[in-house]
Amino acid sequence: MSKRIIDQDAEPLIFDLSDNTRQSSSLAPKTGSEQNNPLASHLQRKSTLDLPQVGELQVLRHYTRLSQKNFSIDTHFYPLGSCTMKYNPRVCNTLAQLPGFSTRHPMAHSSISQGIMSCLFDLQTILKEATGMQQVSLTPMAGAQGEFAGVAMIRAYHDHNQAPLRSEIIVPDAAHGTNPATAVMCGYTVKEIPTNDQGDIDIQALEKMIGPQTAGIMLTNPSTLGVFERDIKHIAKLIHQAGGLLYYDGANLNAILGKVKPGDMGFDVIHMNLHKTFSTPHGGGGPGSGPIGVSERLQPFIPIPIVAHNEQGYYWLNEDDLPLSIGRLSAWMGNVGILLRAYIYALLLGRDGMERVADYATLNANYLFKRLVAADFEMAFPKRRASHEFILTLRKEAKNYGTSAMDFAKRLLDYGYHAPTTYFPLLVPECFLIEPTETESMADLDAFIETLIKIKAEAKESPNLLKEAPFELPVRRLDDVKAARELDLNFYHQE
Amino acid sequence: MPYIPHTSNDLAQMLRTIGVDSIEDLFDEIPKDLRSKLQNIPLGQSEMAVQQQLFAKSLQDGTPLCFAGGGAYEHYIPAALWEIATRGEFYSAYTPYQAEASQGTLQVIYEYQSMIASLTAMDVSNASLYDGASGLAEAVLMAVRANRKAKSKRILIPESVSPVYRQVVETIVKNQGITLELLPYDQRTGTIQVNQLDKQLNKPDDAFAALIIPQPNYFGSLEEVHQLTDWAHRHKALVIAQVNPISLALLEAPGNWGEHGADIAVGEAQALGIPLSSGGPYIGFLACKQKLVRQLPGRLVGRTVDLEGKTGFTLTLQAREQHIRRSKATSNICTNQGLMATAVTLYLAFLGRDGLQKVATTCALNTQTLMHLLEQNSDLSFPFGDRVFHEFIVQLPVPIDKVLSYLAQEDIVGGIDVSPHKHSTEQKNWLLICVTETKTEQELHFFADTLRSICQQINNEESS
Repeated sequence: MSKRIIDQDAEPLIFDLSDNTRQSSSLAPKTGSEQNNPLASHLQRKSTLDLPQVGELQVLRHYTRLSQKNFSIDTHFYPLGSCTMKYNPRVCNTLAQLPGFSTRHPMAHSSISQGIMSCLFDLQTILKEATGMQQVSLTPMAGAQGEFAGVAMIRAYHDHNQAPLRSEIIVPDAAHGTNPATAVMCGYTVKEIPTNDQGDIDIQALEKMIGPQTAGIMLTNPSTLGVFERDIKHIAKLIHQAGGLLYYDGANLNAILGKVKPGDMGFDVIHMNLHKTFSTPHGGGGPGSGPIGVSERLQPFIPIPIVAHNEQGYYWLNEDDLPLSIGRLSAWMGNVGILLRAYIYALLLGRDGMERVADYATLNANYLFKRLVAADFEMAFPKRRASHEFILTLRKEAKNYGTSAMDFAKRLLDYGYHAPTTYFPLLVPECFLIEPTETESMADLDAFIETLIKIKAEAKESPNLLKEAPFELPVRRLDDVKAARELDLNFYHQE
Repeated sequence: MPYIPHTSNDLAQMLRTIGVDSIEDLFDEIPKDLRSKLQNIPLGQSEMAVQQQLFAKSLQDGTPLCFAGGGAYEHYIPAALWEIATRGEFYSAYTPYQAEASQGTLQVIYEYQSMIASLTAMDVSNASLYDGASGLAEAVLMAVRANRKAKSKRILIPESVSPVYRQVVETIVKNQGITLELLPYDQRTGTIQVNQLDKQLNKPDDAFAALIIPQPNYFGSLEEVHQLTDWAHRHKALVIAQVNPISLALLEAPGNWGEHGADIAVGEAQALGIPLSSGGPYIGFLACKQKLVRQLPGRLVGRTVDLEGKTGFTLTLQAREQHIRRSKATSNICTNQGLMATAVTLYLAFLGRDGLQKVATTCALNTQTLMHLLEQNSDLSFPFGDRVFHEFIVQLPVPIDKVLSYLAQEDIVGGIDVSPHKHSTEQKNWLLICVTETKTEQELHFFADTLRSICQQINNEESS
């Protein structure tokens, strides 16, 4: 049965194309030479330097071909839940690469950096307004670093108030793995709180868990289960009464942009994933950008630097202005090139466009949800409204046909769809977390639904089509066990 | 509607399928009293209107002549590099969770890991980190995890490490009981003196987990890396080498420092093809000896085979990471710096070994040229001498903040003010200057002349 329709030749490694006797092209300066090392001789490099010697066209072709072995938003529907794989408008990239922005050194005098500083200041203002927070710092370089900044601020706040007993952070069992990992990096013990059968936090369990040892709680809302946490006001009250603080994981902000603000739900600190909600590139896994917003009481602890403005113009606030700040998270002022893309996206959308983001992201998710229910797929929370994403469980199919969620995922690849997030959250068996985003058309959603229905029929009739998938990609299913047991991480050094 | 392809017919049909009257009904689980509208954000604009505004903002401050470094470096970027890196297939893909549909990204990262390992002469590199500063913090955490023998959470960090890097490390590791102990630099060389190090320890067998060695250091000076590495190893500590990747074309690689080599190599790889862009996005690299591989934070790509025996690439050793280990992970890091790692790989592939050597040599020669030009001015001096790669400190007769402000008016980013105000009673006006391969002879003369006349001007103003 396993016949590949398109056979793609393997692309050799760049090192295989190298010939040591080849000289570099016009890309290197004419001055300077290989032989002429002007530095102190006992500190000079004596060991060989292995780098590929390949012609310019051959390099260009190699990487162009490699790019064609990727699925991406620009080429495929990519409903990866919790990652918000929406269209990245090209103009954001084009404008961020203008020489006036891209060639600017971070230490350029502020008198000749007013243009970029005004963009950053305006972005701070837009993000404050969009989230209902009192102040925003743009410096965290990714969502996980934004999380770190948030929990570090919670700790700084308690330390400042001399509350050393507060040693615990509460995290839902369905939370992103970064939440507990971050809490530990900040020196906290993690307490996991269960979820009830409707996908909401188990309030009784929460009440028992809260006490004078509670430093705070980390929540995502809508949660990682794809539903809105309806008891959020009550939860906020309970945590605040106990002297704890609330942290908002902004992974799912796309679902509520312009509808409800984390600040109004009672959160004290939030991070945003600009590569999700504000459509900056995912880049094959980074760069991210994770600005944080804070309520009044955490304002003194905000990471530096942040941009301020007075009648003389824009200027940086640093440690002298914010002596209680948790400090610096990056050498300079965050991923400015990414912040610029998010700013451009925000200008294009405006407040009207932002409201439509949540509207159509939610519409697309609920449409998929209803149509898949009609096609007899099982939902993890069938009685709930889907937010911008939802969880489908393939446990019936696993039991009846022996096909796992991973098999379904791999077969989807054959049909030209990137698979949804699989096996997350961990508490739903054989699950798909599906997030279509607002930029997909109804026709594309329909085609995706038809494909899932077709794969389900295949699972029943010829399950090996799923179990052995993919057939039509550059490689068949890969041996992960071998990859981990016989580590091969470096062409030049084989263990 | 911007980026929303739905027609009114689509909308009507979708609402009918869902069984609601309006989109608003889909938000009925959100408590009504929490709902609010956006207020102080302007309405959306056309692409043309936004482009006009951004053109104006990008032109507002010109493109000044840059002599600043300090961890962010101007180098020539081949024209083809970002054309390829921003291809949609690289730009708009995500973390390669589905390996079979991400072989492009995965092979690029495998090549990146191999190139970084080769540059640093280490056995393995991870798939990259956010930037050099946070990378140094991860290296510190890694060293403490790895060096259980030392039973110490003490890290020796020289004052010749960039002050912003030291601040970032402090922010990230301070809640984990790690102490950062500052090593003062020698006043004549700006470097760490091995014969002073034993004095730093309270008693001869005082344990510490690791020593950080910057090369070149923040002042541009070259450290005695071989002696320092051997000293740390004699004290059963690990060595974290913080290095500039361009300089490694000329300077000995961390893996070959001293008798046994550094244990961890870390640094900022922005210099390899990534624009300055006001400080980010950049990319941290982190490489180590084979024995430490399970302590590496972040993503790792391994080469393996598919079920037909064909070579392929996949994420590996994921049991270290947060999405599996949760609170017991090596780090909370979720992704690497994928697009930047792609750019670095392209840069090294385009330049090759001899290309990188030419870039590095030209940086060093241009730096020496500027130092000779500045030397002719008797008011200037080099407090730490000239044993440098492409950065150096020059002492000026007038306050640096004024100099930088005046240079800015001439459209020059003159360097970084590193005057040691806090530790010194006498005023030292120290300017950190960087020269790369991008500067022409003419520009070097222009800068030297402008700096001289501005110093004179300030001198005149202050004496009048």
